[in-house]
Amino acid sequence: MGWLTRSRSHGTDDESANRKPEDAERKVRVPEGLWIKCSLCRQIVYRKEVEKAGKVCPKCNYHFPITVEERISQLSDPDTFKEFGQNIESVDPLEFVDSHRYTDRIKAAQKKTGLTDAIRIGECVISGKPAILGVFSFGFMGGSMGSVVGEKVVRAAGRALELRVPLVLVTSSGGARMQEGIFSLMQMARTSAAISRLNQEAVPFFSVLADPTFGGVTASFAMLGDVILAEPRSLIGFAGPRVIEQTIKQQLPEGFQRAEFLLGHGFLDMVVERGRLKETLSSLMCVFSPAGRHCIPAMTDAGESGA
Amino acid sequence: MTDTKLKKTGKKQDATSGSLLPIWERVLLARAQDRPTTLDYIQRLCSQFIELHGDRSFRDDPSIIAGFATFEGRSVAVIGHQKGKSFKDRMTRNFGMPHPEGYRKALRIMRLAERFAIPVISFIDTPGAYPGIEAEERGQVEAVARNIMEMFEVKVPILVFVIGEGGSGGALAIGVGDQVYMLENAVYSVISPEACAAILWEDSSRAPEAAERLQMSSHDLLRMGIIDGIIPEAEGGVQRDSSITLAAMRSTISERLDSLTKMSPETLLEARYTKFQGMVAYRENGHNQLPPNSKIT
Repeated sequence: MGWLTRSRSHGTDDESANRKPEDAERKVRVPEGLWIKCSLCRQIVYRKEVEKAGKVCPKCNYHFPITVEERISQLSDPDTFKEFGQNIESVDPLEFVDSHRYTDRIKAAQKKTGLTDAIRIGECVISGKPAILGVFSFGFMGGSMGSVVGEKVVRAAGRALELRVPLVLVTSSGGARMQEGIFSLMQMARTSAAISRLNQEAVPFFSVLADPTFGGVTASFAMLGDVILAEPRSLIGFAGPRVIEQTIKQQLPEGFQRAEFLLGHGFLDMVVERGRLKETLSSLMCVFSPAGRHCIPAMTDAGESGA
Repeated sequence: MTDTKLKKTGKKQDATSGSLLPIWERVLLARAQDRPTTLDYIQRLCSQFIELHGDRSFRDDPSIIAGFATFEGRSVAVIGHQKGKSFKDRMTRNFGMPHPEGYRKALRIMRLAERFAIPVISFIDTPGAYPGIEAEERGQVEAVARNIMEMFEVKVPILVFVIGEGGSGGALAIGVGDQVYMLENAVYSVISPEACAAILWEDSSRAPEAAERLQMSSHDLLRMGIIDGIIPEAEGGVQRDSSITLAAMRSTISERLDSLTKMSPETLLEARYTKFQGMVAYRENGHNQLPPNSKIT
């Protein structure tokens, strides 16, 4: 719904190129109906075709936001995702209140998304190979990282280390959850420390950045992947575009903070289309597996999409 | 700014903070232009400071100071944000807001110190990592993330002092250590009170209110089990009279370096890891997990 509104309010592709990450939260779903209008190219496309492509526009390759469940089913083999850590809940350590209580905001987000917090983690199988998968939900308070998200990332890394299987984290986050104050900041330290342990034990960590990934999430574990992938056009950065514009008092260049921009500046390994994400991860898992030589190399030209 | 210029906010002191000054007065003290900077502390605590420059990749970032000095007869590596004094100096220092190369310089010096078994002292005083086009182009996120991670790997003692503003990830990027202290009037937060107020109420002038909600004072952080101790300041702040603060810092550094240098590198890193892993607050199956030293109920 939101994306249709946005399409109307923005006239050109140039403007939609500079859309703010907040907008993504409002368009988590492709609306009901046989036909839908792409929020990027504004063409009317057949909904089934969009969904068949993993919610990607067949005309312009725009990647619609997808839910955690859709991401899990796209990346893991059918019925292999076994969630853990699902009973970890926030305790509101600051007893934070703004216009609403933080505890009420959490309840509302839980009701809206059906999730306990902004990430789900679990064991799964990707193209026949075991892995630990964590997927962020931007719909849950902007995918922000507080104690629960931090703890789940740490546990996901811990399980990967224990089982000696790759860790795959798909991020979509506005950054730290300010309602948890200093605790949310310290999750940057905890998660980064957990990744350090994977590095030392040679357990691979593949970081997948989806639109948008910002602030404390990017500036910690998400940028510490052994291989860092991103979906096309994803906005990725430290400070949000609005903050930068206000600081420097000038307009940002076109394509700034897009995945392709980061690729060009050397901070991503590949920009990978959604339809190729699973096979790319599978190939990477082969390369970095102890049995790498026996793994069937299914490397495709996925890496060229950012060239 | 002197304390006579401090605005009274008229707000009631946060009952849980255990402090005497309202948080907003502390924020103003922490940001005051006449407050001692990293360079002041290095010069007053150490002798023979040798400043080193550059990240060996792009440029030297004047927002971060890095080098080696002698503290009570032993070599120490010193790193810290530098805000500057005069307006021109503050401009040059970018008001203590580093670019990625500043963090990379700090990491280079820490790794150098590690190689020669020299302990590290880090001074935190920044509004935050700089949010700008070039900072993004050169990977502010990568620089901050790498520093945080690698500070868990540096096999020498790291002491951290938040001397003024502890501004979010830009502070934490040189803020992982075996012991973390805050000066009494220093603040440390995930977001600036102005930005927090802008997000919550679309009104950055409500920053004093946001500062209270964020619980960002030294007393708050000690109570929550995030820091190891508070370095006292004279009435009106360390800018009025630095003697008690410097004496406390000197004895703290001396004692801590003595005890930490006795630990094996493995024990040291394990303790650092465990310490930070404890900084979390959640509930699972009816059990509350809180930092070991926290007084949160």
